Amino acid sequence: MSAVHLGPDDVRDVLRVLDSNGLDELHLELADLTLTVRREGAGWTAEQTVLREPVRVRTSGGPAGRAVDGAGDGRGDRDGSAADVPEGLVPVRPPLLGTFYRAPQPGAPPFVDVGDRVVEDTVVGIVETMKMMTPVHAGVSGAVVEFRTGNGEFADDGAVLLLVDPAGADVA
Amino acid sequence: MRRIHRLLVANRGEIAARVVRTCARLGIESVLAASDADLDSLPARLADRVVRLGPAAASESYLDPDAVVRVATAVLADAVHPGYGFLSENPALARACAAAGVVFVGPAAESLEAVGDKLSARAHAVAAGLPVVPGGEAADLAGARTVAAEVGYPLLVKAVGGGGGRGMKLVGDPADLARTLDLAVSEAAAAFGDPRVYLERFVSSGRHVEVQVLGDGTDAVALGDRDCSVQRRYQKLLEEAPAPLLPDRLRRDMADAALALARHLGYRGLGTVELLVDRERETFYFLEMNARIQVEHPVTELVTGLDLVAEQIAVAEGLPLRIRQEDVVLSGHAVECRINAEDWVHDFRPSPGRVQRVVLPAGDGIRVDTHVQAGSVVPPFYDSLLAKLVVHGADRADALARTRAALRLLRIEGVTTTVPVHEALLADPRFAAGGVDTAFFERFLDAARPVGVR
Repeated sequence: MSAVHLGPDDVRDVLRVLDSNGLDELHLELADLTLTVRREGAGWTAEQTVLREPVRVRTSGGPAGRAVDGAGDGRGDRDGSAADVPEGLVPVRPPLLGTFYRAPQPGAPPFVDVGDRVVEDTVVGIVETMKMMTPVHAGVSGAVVEFRTGNGEFADDGAVLLLVDPAGADVA
Repeated sequence: MRRIHRLLVANRGEIAARVVRTCARLGIESVLAASDADLDSLPARLADRVVRLGPAAASESYLDPDAVVRVATAVLADAVHPGYGFLSENPALARACAAAGVVFVGPAAESLEAVGDKLSARAHAVAAGLPVVPGGEAADLAGARTVAAEVGYPLLVKAVGGGGGRGMKLVGDPADLARTLDLAVSEAAAAFGDPRVYLERFVSSGRHVEVQVLGDGTDAVALGDRDCSVQRRYQKLLEEAPAPLLPDRLRRDMADAALALARHLGYRGLGTVELLVDRERETFYFLEMNARIQVEHPVTELVTGLDLVAEQIAVAEGLPLRIRQEDVVLSGHAVECRINAEDWVHDFRPSPGRVQRVVLPAGDGIRVDTHVQAGSVVPPFYDSLLAKLVVHGADRADALARTRAALRLLRIEGVTTTVPVHEALLADPRFAAGGVDTAFFERFLDAARPVGVR
């Protein structure tokens, strides 16, 4: 691999040259990378960006081998867009983005279902983010009207997980 | 013996970038197997080529042995490097690789099985002459009571299939044994598909010290030890090599114990023997063996001057060890800070997102292993490790001082990182004194957390 990425030893060599010449900064632009090294106090910093695009191997065969375009950024596109929340209903959103689960574990009954009544601190689901589980609280009193994000689906920051009808709280 | 010319890296994150770097140095062509979330990642840009492994969900990509072998075969790879986590210690992947005629860069499936199950690992350790924490299997409540009578309270109920702190419960009082045992068995069945549990004495003040070994199937060498006692919920945050303030006799006995286990197993590959050092009794017990490269391997590399991935690849090719024990000379002290995308002020809440800028400290004795650069997306599907700052110094005090200076220069913008918690930890006199136990960090957090924040 030529100059795709400079390792710690390469960067150290650059620093030695700068140091011996009394220089404080160097900006390098190559076809595949940019590097800025800078003296900061008694130390040095390096800011490196690899510009080289990934070289994809296209394989055929099984589902895992099938090439799919559009890598995406790992965020789901099914975010239950907030635009169409009917008037009078309150959307419940995830405390942070992640995979939404409606039950405490696979096969267990869901925390809540459509028609169930909830109060502010009712747990209506969990989101898994970076292997950590965070409970989702309803945040409002009322009746669950509809789920907008299914079990195991990815929920972005602003996603609507479910809708609650606050008026439903009074219904017996 | 089989030379490796093309290697499939079946992992992601910083370890993928790390393996690619050694491949480039050795002239091995690297092909990265990436999920949909990682096709444009920094490791994908660094690898010679990248191939799609599957969807973002790990269960359908990084955790699917069939997908890995299918992709390895499709790109005509000679070998698969599994990194750490995911399938790295999965005997099914090792066997599937063998069946497909692909070298698995890791131990034999038999070794993975021998140490993969806690009870089996413990039995092998005993057979190899290693001390183990007093305890035993608890098939039912009567059996548990018998074991508990020998072990004493407090004790731990551990799931046979658990590990890394998962599936472990503390029992302080004999009256709680029955209830905790029931709970532990049902949780173990649900979480690990294996309801078996065993009891173990609880060591109230223990240090987590581990010995790095490398074996070629016949002989083995010990490559020094590491202290990984700074943990939160059994997740390591900072590691150092060598372990500070260990009596020479204890350190020597620990290395000998690790070698005895590696030889007993006929171990071929890189492995870590985890030991619990009982601070009060100045003795140690076998905990478990990790049959893979570990996150904290760079501290060993800095004090030994070795490239552990290169050695791992060499023994996987079938080469005999090229390091003799007398050639292993440790120099200075090394520290690793795990920089995670987490907000420590808010109970280490995960912080995925897009990285805006990455400024890293550079210079003598400083190494940063990372998988992010400006523009990188940190997906929510995997762990939160962004980078490892690894610093080498002439001695421990020098290494800590250099680490403090390096942390001040490290800026990863766009996501919240654990840099501030490392700065606070390195300013703590108890940590600076060395030799803290595994309970230290949680106590430190309780005291260090800003007032008014939970």
